[in-house]
Amino acid sequence: MTAVQSRNPRLRTWLFHGGMPVLAVLWLIPLALVVLTSLRTFDDLAASGLASVPDGLTAEPYRQALASGQWRSILNSLLITVPVVLVTLVLASMAAYGLARHRIPFRRTMLLLMLAGNLLPAQLLLIPVLKLTEQFGLFDSLMGMIVVQTAVGLGFYTFVLHGFMRGIPQELTHAARIDGATTFGVYLRIVLPLTKPALAALGSLCFTWTFNDLVWSITLLRSEDKLPVTPAILGMQGEFVSSWNVIAAATVIAAIPTVIVFLRFQRYFISGLLIGSSR
Amino acid sequence: MASVAKSYRPAAKPYRRTWHGSRDALVLLAFVLVPFALEMFWTFWPALNSLYISLTQWDGISPPTFIGLDNYARMWSDATFLLALRNTVLWLVLFGGLSVLGGFGLALLLDKPRPGVGIYRAIFFLPVVFSMVVTALVWRMIYQPEGVVNGLLSAVGLADQARIWLGDSDTVLYALIVPALWRQIGYIMVLFLAGLKTVDPLLHEAARTDGANAFQRFRHITLPQLRPITTVVLAVTVIDALRSFDIVWALTKGGPYHSSELLSTYQFSTGVLGSQLGYGSALAVVIFILTVGTIIVYLVRSLGEEESA
Repeated sequence: MTAVQSRNPRLRTWLFHGGMPVLAVLWLIPLALVVLTSLRTFDDLAASGLASVPDGLTAEPYRQALASGQWRSILNSLLITVPVVLVTLVLASMAAYGLARHRIPFRRTMLLLMLAGNLLPAQLLLIPVLKLTEQFGLFDSLMGMIVVQTAVGLGFYTFVLHGFMRGIPQELTHAARIDGATTFGVYLRIVLPLTKPALAALGSLCFTWTFNDLVWSITLLRSEDKLPVTPAILGMQGEFVSSWNVIAAATVIAAIPTVIVFLRFQRYFISGLLIGSSR
Repeated sequence: MASVAKSYRPAAKPYRRTWHGSRDALVLLAFVLVPFALEMFWTFWPALNSLYISLTQWDGISPPTFIGLDNYARMWSDATFLLALRNTVLWLVLFGGLSVLGGFGLALLLDKPRPGVGIYRAIFFLPVVFSMVVTALVWRMIYQPEGVVNGLLSAVGLADQARIWLGDSDTVLYALIVPALWRQIGYIMVLFLAGLKTVDPLLHEAARTDGANAFQRFRHITLPQLRPITTVVLAVTVIDALRSFDIVWALTKGGPYHSSELLSTYQFSTGVLGSQLGYGSALAVVIFILTVGTIIVYLVRSLGEEESA
């Protein structure tokens, strides 16, 4: 950004194309290392260490990771995450529709309270929520995880959808009203279809955040067979102390679902982060 | 629906009427109140409970005893708390500051359309989709005694600088900040890239005609135009930094000897895993107080947008 550079656009281009690849490679090295380690044999790693050239590749570590019960934890993660995403989108879009398109008393107060609830640090909620789940018989259950993660996150999604739904032209909902549509009919047939891009964006964000959660699952779950994949791979470190290849394979497996969601919804994902930031 | 004809009058307020339609009103009430009540019950109610528990001594089994502000008084003579507070502030400054600078720098470099810009953006953004635990395990391999960092140091003749990065109380906190930055910078970059899109190119054009150089244009056009997104980024960063927990928990659990303890990890060990629910709650309240200033900025900002909208 100096005057010299701007007078020499060609020099600047050269600096860019010389420097950026180096930085990008540095950024990718940690990932390359994990993928590579996950494909090596235990003997190879034990003999020459992590920072060495592999003497052959194998898929055996993946088989070992999955055989040690990682299937179960991935399934648990999905059993928690998919319902959380669906219920969150339904409830948040209902609340946002009510608050954005109707003159409900205290609508602004309610919206801001919901957003404020979402911004409370998790640490402030952990102990009382733990006690509440015990009272309701939800402690150490996937259902408890679903209820808590849905309820705690609702404010953000409602707030973003509220902003989005305010932008839908009044004429569209007026016209449906005149044709005799009910409140529910307008929501289902007019507002929801028009909100699809925002729902896709928030859905992919919600999937990633819920799937990646650590603090709620180590607070609310105790049984090993109920643990989602994030805390489960932490536990694997104890089981496979120096089997770096198995831990690396488990790490890669744990990252795959969010990477798939990211690649599939890439466009929405980034726009989701952006609407998230303009709250 | 009772008075369809009125809807054709431009002055009519059709939405007010739906509020009075009885079945529609019930549906609407459920639409808003079910999500609202659900969230309030699992956020504000526990938060109020935490405030009360922080004034008690409680092991989680026998009934809590009220002890006033004793938990808060105890903090000031608790060496671990003071260390965790110091680390949290250091974390806020280093993690927060470097992620904003790094993300802003990358956004400036990748703003202009050039060949390959899209790929670079995707590469720097990629770690954002990983959980902090995945990130932690990736970096654990790098930090291993026989891992990459030490291997590189020996390769360039600095073998005496090699150490157990996560086991050395002098280096552990910095060793934890690096992976956290690796994951956060791409996120901040995306936010700033969006901000840079809003800068009007005509302003740059006009300033160039008036003879402003690149630095002057950056200082007097780009920076002021980025002010709204900068506020957002700062708020996001402060909240993320004070909430940081996963990366530390996954790599060191606050050790060795509390040297990488943050308020969040200390709160978890004492209040959630330990049996000092009162003291743990008081620590949570301290985290809340540190964050609340930022949240107020957030709310004031969104309230302002709401009114101007």
